[in-house]
Amino acid sequence: MTLRAVLLVLLLLGMATALDGAHPARADPTIRTADQPLADPTLEAKARALMREIRCVVCQSQSIDESDADIAANLRNIVREQIAAGKSEAQIRDYLTARYGDFVLLKPPFNRSTLVLWLAPFALALIALGAGVMTLRRSRSAGAKQPNDLSGTERERLNRLLVDDPESGGGRP
Amino acid sequence: MKKRLLYLLPIVLLGLFAAIAWIGLSPSRDPSALPSALIGKPVPSFKLTTLDPASGGLSQQDFAGKVTVVNFFASWCVPCKAEHPLLFQLGKDYNVPVYGIAFQDQTADTARYIQEMGSPYTKIGLDQNGRTAIDFGITGVPETFILDKNGIVRYRLAMPIDADRLAGEIGPLLKSLQ
Repeated sequence: MTLRAVLLVLLLLGMATALDGAHPARADPTIRTADQPLADPTLEAKARALMREIRCVVCQSQSIDESDADIAANLRNIVREQIAAGKSEAQIRDYLTARYGDFVLLKPPFNRSTLVLWLAPFALALIALGAGVMTLRRSRSAGAKQPNDLSGTERERLNRLLVDDPESGGGRP
Repeated sequence: MKKRLLYLLPIVLLGLFAAIAWIGLSPSRDPSALPSALIGKPVPSFKLTTLDPASGGLSQQDFAGKVTVVNFFASWCVPCKAEHPLLFQLGKDYNVPVYGIAFQDQTADTARYIQEMGSPYTKIGLDQNGRTAIDFGITGVPETFILDKNGIVRYRLAMPIDADRLAGEIGPLLKSLQ
């Protein structure tokens, strides 16, 4: 009984989040786009490989290869047509980014707006390496420069404090 | 002195990271909002049949020489119904032609929808295979584009128009373009 209630709540929550999509229209188009796989298995495999790198613009965190969205099916067919027409992967990517921007590529390209994204890890690694080397070098040079030994008078005073004069010393009985 | 300055490095790095995170996580930024690749570019060329065969097809040539609004819709799309009255208002208040493109919709369904709701559109193109929609880079319906007199895409809205946006964003843009 309670299990059923919990499941029901979870189901309703799931539906609520599903309905809360960023883009309004999620109803099914009255004309559905059917996938038209290529007859040639090598070309189809090539097309599928590219599809895995193209983001579905409706569901966003899926590639068009995984997505059930109608626009994704449409984009899949476009990729297939262009592969069949002998277009290169770069040409197909250009075709898609001209319409949907770099956003449509799951792997962001290296350009001005992604400079920080691509270079920051290397820059940070360099800084960390530099800091590490510097710290090591410093601790090594610090090791060579031990503080001077006690002088004769200092040693004498120390002995006196430790042994001769318990009253003024470190509180020995 | 030089060494002291070096101790500031982690703080500077933290500051940089915080600045990037601040921009990235700011509540006004919607990470799912799609930037339109078409803004500032000429409207894609296309050719569609029209709902009313007498109006003789719809292509980018229909938009030449005037500020136009292009609205993608479908009879199966509920939010389109919600924005429909605002399309009438938009056309009337700002004196711009609104062109409709029915996205992956059966002709009979589009016809019924227009018959029921009235037509705010100068012409209605039928994009049954959705390829024109992809040339416009749309991600769903409704979506609305504003083109300037030279046919350059100036604005794209990937959600239904609401009254606030019409008065605060779309209206002023249309006025400034005219």
